Amino acid sequence: MEIRSMYHKKLREIQDDVLVIGGMASEAILRSIEALKNRDLDLAEQIVKDDKKINDLRFGIEEKCIQLIVTQQPIANELRIIIAVLNIITEVERIGDYAQGIAKITIMIGDEPPLKPLIDIPRMADQAVDMLHRSLDAFINQDAEAARKICCEDDIVDNLYDQIYLELLAIMMKNPQIVSKATRLIWVAHDLERSADRVTNICERVIFVITGKMEEI
Amino acid sequence: MDDIALKTPQRIIIATDAVNLYYGNFQALRNITLDIKECAVTAIIGPSGCGKSTLLRIFNRMNDLIPSVRVEGSVLLNGTSIYGNDVDVVELRKKVGMVFQKPNPFPMNIYDNIAIGPRHHGIKREAELAVIVERCLREVTLWDEVKDNLKKSALELSAGSQQLLCIARALAVEPEVILMDESCSALDPESTLKIEELMRDLVRKYTIVIVTHNMEQAARVSDMAAFLMMEQDKAGVLVEYAPTDLIFSNPKDKRTEDYISGRFG
Repeated sequence: MEIRSMYHKKLREIQDDVLVIGGMASEAILRSIEALKNRDLDLAEQIVKDDKKINDLRFGIEEKCIQLIVTQQPIANELRIIIAVLNIITEVERIGDYAQGIAKITIMIGDEPPLKPLIDIPRMADQAVDMLHRSLDAFINQDAEAARKICCEDDIVDNLYDQIYLELLAIMMKNPQIVSKATRLIWVAHDLERSADRVTNICERVIFVITGKMEEI
Repeated sequence: MDDIALKTPQRIIIATDAVNLYYGNFQALRNITLDIKECAVTAIIGPSGCGKSTLLRIFNRMNDLIPSVRVEGSVLLNGTSIYGNDVDVVELRKKVGMVFQKPNPFPMNIYDNIAIGPRHHGIKREAELAVIVERCLREVTLWDEVKDNLKKSALELSAGSQQLLCIARALAVEPEVILMDESCSALDPESTLKIEELMRDLVRKYTIVIVTHNMEQAARVSDMAAFLMMEQDKAGVLVEYAPTDLIFSNPKDKRTEDYISGRFG
């Protein structure tokens, strides 16, 4: 007889939920960049609306964690998993907010002609989303090594951000009339850069689950 | 706790309304109104002496065995009063079985411990009894351990297995409700968790009401929790009755919070 099977089932459910909310946030980021690229205002509006689903799921998962803490007295690794989930969903929910922010910028830009072809911004988004997926896989598989490796990749996103920033700065210096347009794109790049930072926070939590140690990476 | 269907079972199987219980002149319970939901685990918690066991024993009239007990108010099982004059108490206790604090198998072999109830209720064919014995032992996950030793004395089993046997014995007469009075308190932690796991399994078919001093156990195993405490004259009253996760995460009454967080009791 498996002892405490219901508790373990609930614990697995919560971890599955983390994958679901992670999938929702990464999809939101990718769609927000698609909307920006294609100046698809309908899609942008939809992303703004859909953020509520991510927020609601986050509260739902939080509620389940509280219930498990209250009723099941989790300890050791299982307690760390639940504590990590509470932290991870906060980070993921913020990534969803960044996607919403990018969608709002797209709406602000409206149908103005693009300042420049978008190449590095989508690359940043792809990199951040890939890191997010892998960080959640590392969480589920309790793989500290993978989590450490993903943290290192934050530099790729930071470098892309610096590159975009300098490029846009140069454009603005040449033509001050497009400052407001260029600034909006800097915001987008900044949101993506912050998303990747959030992923490194997730990785720190993964390492905490496995080692029990809080490490700033 | 298991899933939504179990968490909010709809049908009420036992309903008490304004129940007072007296031992002679002493009032042990006051104005208890409580609906027990079918196919749920209900935990009765509260400090020692608040009337938890007394309340549990109301549900199958075990208090009748104590002279000078008087019960007022109504107690309905499936809508029918169990305190009516025409109620067959033996038949009632068949429907509402009980497991006690200490394992108390009869001093006979394992097989007969299970078969004795059905035999008493008229099943005489050995083949039929053997099916019941196997079903009940399987239901409590004891079958594999004892199937080759059914004629061994039940008293030779470990305490945990004896308690499982007592649960199997209660199941043998196909009860609707199983009352468990501190049924894990004499057991080691592993046997305790095993019985808790079993409760979650059995609750798919049966209604379970437990009395426990162990807050953690009540939190782990029950769907609904009832908190009782004594008033100044020592009569037990129902302070709060709610889904277990609410009782333990956000109790409405300050006295409940004080008790479950260990401030008194």
